[in-house]
Amino acid sequence: MTTRRDFLKSGGALIVSFSSVAALADDLAFAQGPFATQDRRVAAQLDSWLAIGNDGRVTAYTGKCELGQGIYTVQMQLVAEELSVPLSRVTLIQCDTSVAPDQGTTSGSQSTPTNFNEANLAQACATARDVLLRLGSERLGVPADQLTVADGEIRVTGNASRRVSYGDLVGGKKFNLTLSATAKRKTASEWTVLGKAVGRVDLPAMATGQFEFVHNVRLPGMLHGRVVRPPAVGATLVSVDESSVRGLPGFVKVVVRKNFVGVVAEKPWQAMQAAAQLKATWTPGVGLPGHGDFYTHLRNQKPTRDTLLVNSKDVDATLARATTVLKATYLHPYQMHASMGSSCAVADVQGGKATIWSPTQSAYPTRSGSALLLGLPVENVRVIFTRGSGCYGINGADTVSYDAALLSQAAGKPVRVQLSRKDEMAWENYGLAFVIDQRVGVDAHGAIVSWDYEGWSPTLGGRPGYDRPGNVVTGQLAGFDPAPFTARSPAPEPGGAFNNNSNAAPSYVTGCVGGRCGGAGTVKSERVLSHTVKSPFFTGPLRSPARLQNTFAHECFMDEIASHVKADPVAYRLRHLSDARLSHVVQEAAKAARWEARPSPKPNAARTGIVSGRGMSCVVYEGDNGYVAMVAEVEVDQATGRVHAKRFVVSQDCGPISNPDGMRNQIEGGALQGMSRALGEEVTWDDQKVTSVDWRTFHSLPLGFDVPAIESVLVNRTDVEATGAGETAITIVAAAIGNAIFDATGARVREVPFTPERVKAALAARGS
Amino acid sequence: MSTIALKVNGAAHSVDVDPATPLLYVLSDDLALRGPKFGCGLGQCGACTVIVRGRAVRSCVTPVGTLNGADVTTLEGLGTVERPHPIQQAFIDEQAAQCGFCLNGVILTAKVLLDQNPKATDAQIQQGLSTVLCRCFTHTRMLRAIRRYADLPRRSAAGAQADLR
Repeated sequence: MTTRRDFLKSGGALIVSFSSVAALADDLAFAQGPFATQDRRVAAQLDSWLAIGNDGRVTAYTGKCELGQGIYTVQMQLVAEELSVPLSRVTLIQCDTSVAPDQGTTSGSQSTPTNFNEANLAQACATARDVLLRLGSERLGVPADQLTVADGEIRVTGNASRRVSYGDLVGGKKFNLTLSATAKRKTASEWTVLGKAVGRVDLPAMATGQFEFVHNVRLPGMLHGRVVRPPAVGATLVSVDESSVRGLPGFVKVVVRKNFVGVVAEKPWQAMQAAAQLKATWTPGVGLPGHGDFYTHLRNQKPTRDTLLVNSKDVDATLARATTVLKATYLHPYQMHASMGSSCAVADVQGGKATIWSPTQSAYPTRSGSALLLGLPVENVRVIFTRGSGCYGINGADTVSYDAALLSQAAGKPVRVQLSRKDEMAWENYGLAFVIDQRVGVDAHGAIVSWDYEGWSPTLGGRPGYDRPGNVVTGQLAGFDPAPFTARSPAPEPGGAFNNNSNAAPSYVTGCVGGRCGGAGTVKSERVLSHTVKSPFFTGPLRSPARLQNTFAHECFMDEIASHVKADPVAYRLRHLSDARLSHVVQEAAKAARWEARPSPKPNAARTGIVSGRGMSCVVYEGDNGYVAMVAEVEVDQATGRVHAKRFVVSQDCGPISNPDGMRNQIEGGALQGMSRALGEEVTWDDQKVTSVDWRTFHSLPLGFDVPAIESVLVNRTDVEATGAGETAITIVAAAIGNAIFDATGARVREVPFTPERVKAALAARGS
Repeated sequence: MSTIALKVNGAAHSVDVDPATPLLYVLSDDLALRGPKFGCGLGQCGACTVIVRGRAVRSCVTPVGTLNGADVTTLEGLGTVERPHPIQQAFIDEQAAQCGFCLNGVILTAKVLLDQNPKATDAQIQQGLSTVLCRCFTHTRMLRAIRRYADLPRRSAAGAQADLR
């Protein structure tokens, strides 16, 4: 691990940091060793973005981690581009709390906006380049505007023999630079590395079984832990009989911390045996609301926390005047991350210090949360992000990091914990269930004149952040409370600026708050009222959290309105949009799909057998973080209710594209994951516990289903800021499929997932 | 405990374990291999797949005691970063991965399928992968990578060669 101090010791270096020279002297005084940085000056050590050594190598530090989305490779491209060095000369160190900057959580499609615009990593690179150019100008005696930067050298333009390398410029000197807000980045037209389809640098090692996932971390003397979760939601521990496992081979220890129970053994299989055989007595669970009528429970539950995102205060009057009022209710279940590999972490907690190898999206928050759990000062804890199975949000990564930490602390040795499939699925922080009531008024010309949204969703816990380890199961079992639920009703009037971060407002309203409008549409009469209630299960961000559920309701309802007024769904969307970029991706998707302009459903469709149809949906992700539209073409077998997607056409505008192949990979994965969620994924439970606990009871579409053709239309806009691309496409899939089912059959399915039973029920409910 | 002899990727090993221990733990812990992975422990997802006697075996539910003397090939046994096996190269060429956790099961299952049926149709390949999961849903690229490998000239010879290692 190369730290800033290593660079300084090595002779010369050029370092770009948040803060300045004061930190330098402190750094140089640090002792060596794994915890050398762990003292009160830690903040001064950790503000470095990059360092250029006197060998010309660039080492960059980032707080945005690789989760499978390709951000590691594309950040290397960014560094290589801005500094004009080959990729092979770049080393990128990600999300290690002893050396990398605290960039919070890698989530919300925020890595690209954060590190690829005029701040942070990109700006640090520009700062370094700016200074190197000035140094080169002095050294060569030539004005900067007559110099070219290429291949890690400053060259006199038109006279390549006059040149000086970064390494020579750095020499034996120390340059400690503060991030400059004015350093100029390269324009996209100058890019030769960024913006190109550079292959993932980690793929060869992954494809050949050489890559070290956190699951593969092995430490000397490491033991293996297994947790024993309660048998029912809300059950608390009465007693544990350690003698039930004491004689088992390899058994080391039973660990109890309030309601947290785990076992430690020498080998994983031994730990599994011990966990299975441990006699623990628990109280009965608290009982769960019925799964069958959960949506009724959700809608009627009290107390609520109410929020008005937008309220033009004329909605009821406008609806009363409207020619037609349309209503519909949309239902979305709890879904889960259900990572391919159950979550795993390795912790070494000894002598009052802790190191945790964790697949968390939140290295620094996990460090703080672990410190609370372990009763250690935060500076004595180091979290080293180590790649896990794809998470798509807060899967078991944070909770298993706590598991490993607690077990290691008790055992006094390094402990590796990998959750069982069931423990992963039964206790993770689920994606939100939703009930959404939609109501619009339409005038005599078929235009929408008012949009009224009311939604209910349940919450408990979430990301632990820096101080809420109880937001995930391990923390709560160990005695920490989840964030409290604070009721509030009625909702206060909207204040501040319009912020459509959850996409609770449809794209078709003006989004006006305090006289300023931030929506993507034209409908001025608007009300968006959300209720959150307490959830019986932990909840948390799952790829496109709330945005996917809200967009499902908005984009299906838009289709219903278009059908009611007998308008083409694409033309009707465009009629109500004011945002040029959103309109553009809608048009691009329609064009690429050879969209046939006509109202849905398809005229004269057969009422039996297999029929086909197409559906459109679109969104501005988070209101301002990526534009996407999709056409889905499906076949519906009206005898079985099975839906078979044939083709997805996706058009996406995320500003300047950093890596087109990476963006396509995210679109394709998002489209198919969205399809799996739309067609089959649902958390289920009985009166005591979750029952969707493996791949037989939670249905993820395998590789062996008829995969639809996916066509991505990339809109590359280099004149605007870069936005995220990881969660855009998935947001609109359920609606596009639902609309295509309607187009094919005239049947509207308003509840996800679109199981054959629900499709058949909707078919049966069609009028004659 | 009992002593089990295994030949893994061409190298002979002797491990002293409870014979009920699933092969996966012997491979990933006793032998520190990174290819086979724990996904579910139930044989439902494919992440733990290895090749034994030319067949794709789910090592998370296969007691090592049933494999005494067996020849086991893991993902690392096919090729290296420097010299990937053609099917590994096909996945690299197609950029067919996101998080990469499932790659082991996808690549080995597809390889065995194509070793057994070199002329497999797309439908047969999909059928053969009907119990293999990828939660990042890199399906499109993975199926393209498998097709690319299947269409390579003299593929069966290259595959057979790797299996002899």
